[in-house]
Amino acid sequence: MIGGLFIYNHKGEVLISRVYRDDIGRNAVDAFRVNVIHARQQVRSPVTNIARTSFFHVKRSNIWLAAVTKQNVNAAMVFEFLYKMCDVMTAYFGKISEENIKNNFVLIYELLDEILDFGYPQNSETGALKTFITQQGIKSQTKEEQSQITSQVTGQIGWRREGIKYRRNELFLDVLESVNLLMSPQGQVLSAHVSGRVVMKSYLSGMPECKFGMNDKIVIDKQGKGGTTDDAGKSELGGSSGKQSIAIDDCTFHQCVRLSKFDSERSISFIPPDGEYELMRYRTTKDIILPFRVIPLVREVGRTKLEVKVVIKSNFKPSLLAQKIEVRIPTPLNTSGVQVICMKGKAKYKASENAIVWKIKRMAGMKESQISAEIELLPTNDKKKWARPPISMNFEVPFAPSGLKVRYLKVFEPKLNYSDHDVIKWVRYIGRSGIYETRC
Amino acid sequence: MEWASQLCENRGLGSKMTDSKYFTTTKKGEIFELKAELNSDKKEKKKEAVKKVIASMTVGKDVSALFPDVVNCMQTDNLELKKLVYLYLMNYAKSQPDMAIMAVNTFVKDCEDPNPLIRALAVRTMGCIRVDKITEYLCEPLRKCLKDEDPYVRKTAAVCVAKLHDINAQLVEDQGFLDTLKDLISDSNPMVVANAVAALSEIAESHPNSNLLDLNPQTINKLLTALNECTEWGQIFILDCLANYTPRDDRESQSICERVTPRLSHANSAVVLSAVKVLMKFMEMLPKDLDYYGTLLKKLAPPLVTLLSAEPELQYVALRNINLIVQKRPEILKHEMKVFFVKYNDPIYVKLEKLDIMIRLASQANIAQVLAELKEYATEVDVDFVRKAVRAIGRCAIKVEQSAERCVSTLLDLIQTKVNYVVQEAIVVIKDIFRKYPNKYESVIATLCENLDSLDEPEARAAMIWIVGEYAERIDNADELLESFLEGFHDESTQVQLQLLTAIVKLFLKKPTETQELVQQVLSLATQDSDNPDLRDRGYIYWRLLSTDPVAAKEVVLAEKPLISEETDLIEPTLLEELICHIGTLASVYHKPPSAFVEGSRGVQHKRLPARAGSGESTESPDVGQSVSGVSDAPPAVIPSQGDLLGDLLNLDLAPPTTTVPPVPSSMQMGAMDLLGGGLDSLMGDEPETLGGDLGGSPAMGVGVGVGVGVGVGLGPAPVGMPAGLGAAPAVGGGLGDLFDLGGGVGMTSGSYSPPRVVWLQAMKAKGLEISGTFARRGGVIQMDVSLTNKAMSVMSDFAVQFNKNSFGMAPAGPLQVLTPLGPNQTVEVSLPLSSTGPVMKMEPLNNLQVAVKNNIDVFYFSCQYPISLLFVEDGKMDRQVFLATWKDIPSDNEAQFQIKDCHLSSDAASNKLQGSNIFTVAKRTVEAQDMLYQSIKLTNGIWVLAELRIQTGNPNYTLSVKCRAPEVSQYVSQCYELILKN
Repeated sequence: MIGGLFIYNHKGEVLISRVYRDDIGRNAVDAFRVNVIHARQQVRSPVTNIARTSFFHVKRSNIWLAAVTKQNVNAAMVFEFLYKMCDVMTAYFGKISEENIKNNFVLIYELLDEILDFGYPQNSETGALKTFITQQGIKSQTKEEQSQITSQVTGQIGWRREGIKYRRNELFLDVLESVNLLMSPQGQVLSAHVSGRVVMKSYLSGMPECKFGMNDKIVIDKQGKGGTTDDAGKSELGGSSGKQSIAIDDCTFHQCVRLSKFDSERSISFIPPDGEYELMRYRTTKDIILPFRVIPLVREVGRTKLEVKVVIKSNFKPSLLAQKIEVRIPTPLNTSGVQVICMKGKAKYKASENAIVWKIKRMAGMKESQISAEIELLPTNDKKKWARPPISMNFEVPFAPSGLKVRYLKVFEPKLNYSDHDVIKWVRYIGRSGIYETRC
Repeated sequence: MEWASQLCENRGLGSKMTDSKYFTTTKKGEIFELKAELNSDKKEKKKEAVKKVIASMTVGKDVSALFPDVVNCMQTDNLELKKLVYLYLMNYAKSQPDMAIMAVNTFVKDCEDPNPLIRALAVRTMGCIRVDKITEYLCEPLRKCLKDEDPYVRKTAAVCVAKLHDINAQLVEDQGFLDTLKDLISDSNPMVVANAVAALSEIAESHPNSNLLDLNPQTINKLLTALNECTEWGQIFILDCLANYTPRDDRESQSICERVTPRLSHANSAVVLSAVKVLMKFMEMLPKDLDYYGTLLKKLAPPLVTLLSAEPELQYVALRNINLIVQKRPEILKHEMKVFFVKYNDPIYVKLEKLDIMIRLASQANIAQVLAELKEYATEVDVDFVRKAVRAIGRCAIKVEQSAERCVSTLLDLIQTKVNYVVQEAIVVIKDIFRKYPNKYESVIATLCENLDSLDEPEARAAMIWIVGEYAERIDNADELLESFLEGFHDESTQVQLQLLTAIVKLFLKKPTETQELVQQVLSLATQDSDNPDLRDRGYIYWRLLSTDPVAAKEVVLAEKPLISEETDLIEPTLLEELICHIGTLASVYHKPPSAFVEGSRGVQHKRLPARAGSGESTESPDVGQSVSGVSDAPPAVIPSQGDLLGDLLNLDLAPPTTTVPPVPSSMQMGAMDLLGGGLDSLMGDEPETLGGDLGGSPAMGVGVGVGVGVGVGLGPAPVGMPAGLGAAPAVGGGLGDLFDLGGGVGMTSGSYSPPRVVWLQAMKAKGLEISGTFARRGGVIQMDVSLTNKAMSVMSDFAVQFNKNSFGMAPAGPLQVLTPLGPNQTVEVSLPLSSTGPVMKMEPLNNLQVAVKNNIDVFYFSCQYPISLLFVEDGKMDRQVFLATWKDIPSDNEAQFQIKDCHLSSDAASNKLQGSNIFTVAKRTVEAQDMLYQSIKLTNGIWVLAELRIQTGNPNYTLSVKCRAPEVSQYVSQCYELILKN
């Protein structure tokens, strides 16, 4: 199991050091600093073995988190734990920075004592932790409160406490998708997939039982056509296509979702944590709506000049607007000057980034825009050819490129007197570019 | 907070001040100040002071001097302060054991506190204090806490048992905590169950044979129930524990799989991977024709692909595991090639792993896409990545025959870029392509030769030299090219030197007239001017071969090369099975068994996959779509990785095996050689010179007497571009095994001496038949113990054996009893009784034996040497008087004297030992602390050998005088003495 956990700043100074196992010596702290932090570029794996001691590390801005062990631990678990540790810290004091860590180090030690026992991760749900690990310290609790805390921390519903009350029962569903594309210069799709998340913000009283439905092909096919009358009514937003259902390659759920039920009936039922959390993640590869098409044209004119022409075409309903569009056209390292002409938006050559950055604030569907640039090159005797990195693109569109639609989210709270109809529900779809690249 | 700013200030001071003396005084003052604050009456001030102490502790300052003052703050109802004090205690209790006792009372009291949080905190902290006296006091509170009404306390106590076990295992057993822990598996609270499982699993690991985690269908059922209810971490503990269970039959296996599959949709990647581990393992037991088997296979792919959208570190772990899964069950991901395409922004460690998997998944169906990608990657920036991409193109050519042409032209394009490392890498892989498809792509040699000058890496130079040597007849100026390399011969790395030697010999055999001078030159460079034994030995072999029998030399050096395997870098099957059992863990990331990186007893047990119910097969060959070439049915020839053999035997931490079919011994083999070299010399008690001299003098290299020779040959120079690993690896294993046998045998007096087993005939010289063996004399009968190993792809049968006439008329007394045909990779052990009544012809050396072995494929010849002690008969004890008379009778010219060095036996022990091998002591005399043993020996042909062994007390060097009417024998007799006495 995890033998120790260290947090360093960018210089390699220790901010937090907690050792759980006797086989981890004090020198382990230095071993990591010397061999990993100070070695910088040479370390080419997130797992490093130094003198029979294994170090796992993740970086958050310029803070290093390292877990150390001498045993054959579950490596995936260690990384999951490190990410979770970051989430917990962020939930407590915001951004993970040197200053925040120094300011909260007692709290961090307290958390580390609670969520890692002898190197075994324990309940690390912030909802539960916040009930008894507070920066003020626990002054006095009644006996009931204490047992409520312990039963919640160890209980089956460790992510939600009892007795939550809201005057207005409300929930927000965000379908956030990132669409990824790798396209050949000829416009052939080399790979494309959407990775999506359903993020829920719930402000519901009591212990509500929820059921979530979407246009999952397997469910729809099972019900047959016409079985879609029980929609919650707020799912009319959507993409350009009138697709009935989508094929989900795979999905994973927050631990509140009853997985065995999903496995047997493919229904998503759960008691949600309070506040914001990620209900599910999914991935689709079929019939993706690619919001933009990039058509590159690069011509080498002699050894000292390049001509680049890039056309982008938007490919969705004309009534919808894409935002924050940015096209990044890489330029060779020996670029000496660039001249750009574009019909729409603003384009600039950024020498420090070796790229022409073309920004367009808004663009409606089924439109087309174009940029052309002349790149002057310095003559070099470098034999190696320029690697021609792909042209990448960023954007945001108000629909789900996978075609996913929320069909319903039903809420039942048998003990309290509010029904599904009293809950105010909001659904929003946002499609963003993930890695959206076209080779040129 | 002001303490934090103080912390920052202190830090600033520390880093600015380089004068350490000044720094110490500040620190002293600081400690004094803290002491005062800790003893303050004001609670807030106390708390701030403890915080400062903890801050100093974190940055590595020694604040142990404050121990009593901090412990004094322990008695408080403020939970936050208490936690801080506990934190301090955990850090310093070990250095101040006596003071730590002061804390015991508070702990014990806290364990009774009405607040469950405090009870749990106390028991949790106490377990972290590794002081014996405190541990004693821990038992009672722990017992209570294990039965506490509050689940939070119970789950903490469960882990505490594991802590206590780590400190004092005996105590835990004596106190019966293990049984209580087992009971907790049936606890009503899922988290308690999960922690109990985790604790028990850990304790069980250090007791490999105890049946601690008594997994039976009932407990499994409990675990599966808890699995649905506990936290994500708990699910991991339970799944990892489940993976150690072996279901009774395929039905149980299926029902567990059914209950585990829902975990594949968990958001936590570790839960998913652990579930995959359980499924991969239990699937082994399911019959393949079962519908469920297919369903399960289909269910595994999507979650594995989803892991690739996790954070990069987890992607890395996932990819390392997928690499294993793809080797074990390629069918799972065969349609998912695209997801492994490298993204421009992937971290380098993810890119390299993806590339590996792409090659594994490459098949005829997707090769076009893969090649297009690889070509793209070959123009990237990162050198390692580009190299690997180039190498991958070569591997595609070897794997998918239809693509070979396209791959070669892609490689040629890349060579045209003239980027140095790309060119070198391309040449290395083109060499392998030549090997795979002889006489097909040699037209590109001209292009390759153009780049000769730019090669500066040993591997690329060696590859290029190999190509020139192999195709010498087609390259007009091959001699010039090779000669140009010869100029700086001594500056080259061994790899290049060996290759150059071989290439020039090849050239000579192909164009003898023009290259005589060149071959002389390289042979003398290799044998006279080099101090590398590999090079020297190979030089000698060639020299002797060329001078004695050029036809044989041609047959050996220009022999047909075995096919190179399509899959490279495959993990050896047993290791792969073990690693599959460790999916998700560090072992699967390192691709090494836990014993290679975990100290002590933990994790040393080797895990195995369960056998499929009903059928005999325990492993299945990866029989998937790669069966494009002719040898489709046979499993890919996996080159046994010496690293692991050695690793297992010696527990050495060797690098993971690299098995890219090197034409010369790879660096790892060299490493192994070095490791062995030292140990062997000392074990043999032999000076390296003697050993080397023996080798040089005897024409048949593979058959020396000592272990050293056996190993040397096994590992040493493999002729001409053949996979050295093929024949060599087993020799290493065998040699080592014998080494240890010998070690164990020291001190035993009875029994005749039997030399260690050596490889007599290497597989690569005998179309896949490897022969190793030894001689023994049992009950008056000489026996030749032979093991025949089939390293070829086809079955061998119809074995027969014949000896050439030899010095002592040894001949087989019966046929070679190999009754059943020998399948690929099978070994058969045969004992062949020998008679000594055959035709006689004097051999050089005297104990040389030339053997011919025939099978259905061909006849093979090898020669070996037996220890002459084999011929010492049981009735060799001479009468005293006769001895005396004979001694006088033999002319003193026939007397030979030998020194036996470094022997520490007493004269009696030596006498006993020698008698075991039929060297009989006739008389013993002691003169001035010097024992003289008079001994007699009779050989099978009736020759008597008389000897006088002088042993001086305290002197490890014995003097042996041998008298015999046939003085040629004396030297061999003395060798036997030495061997017998030292083994």
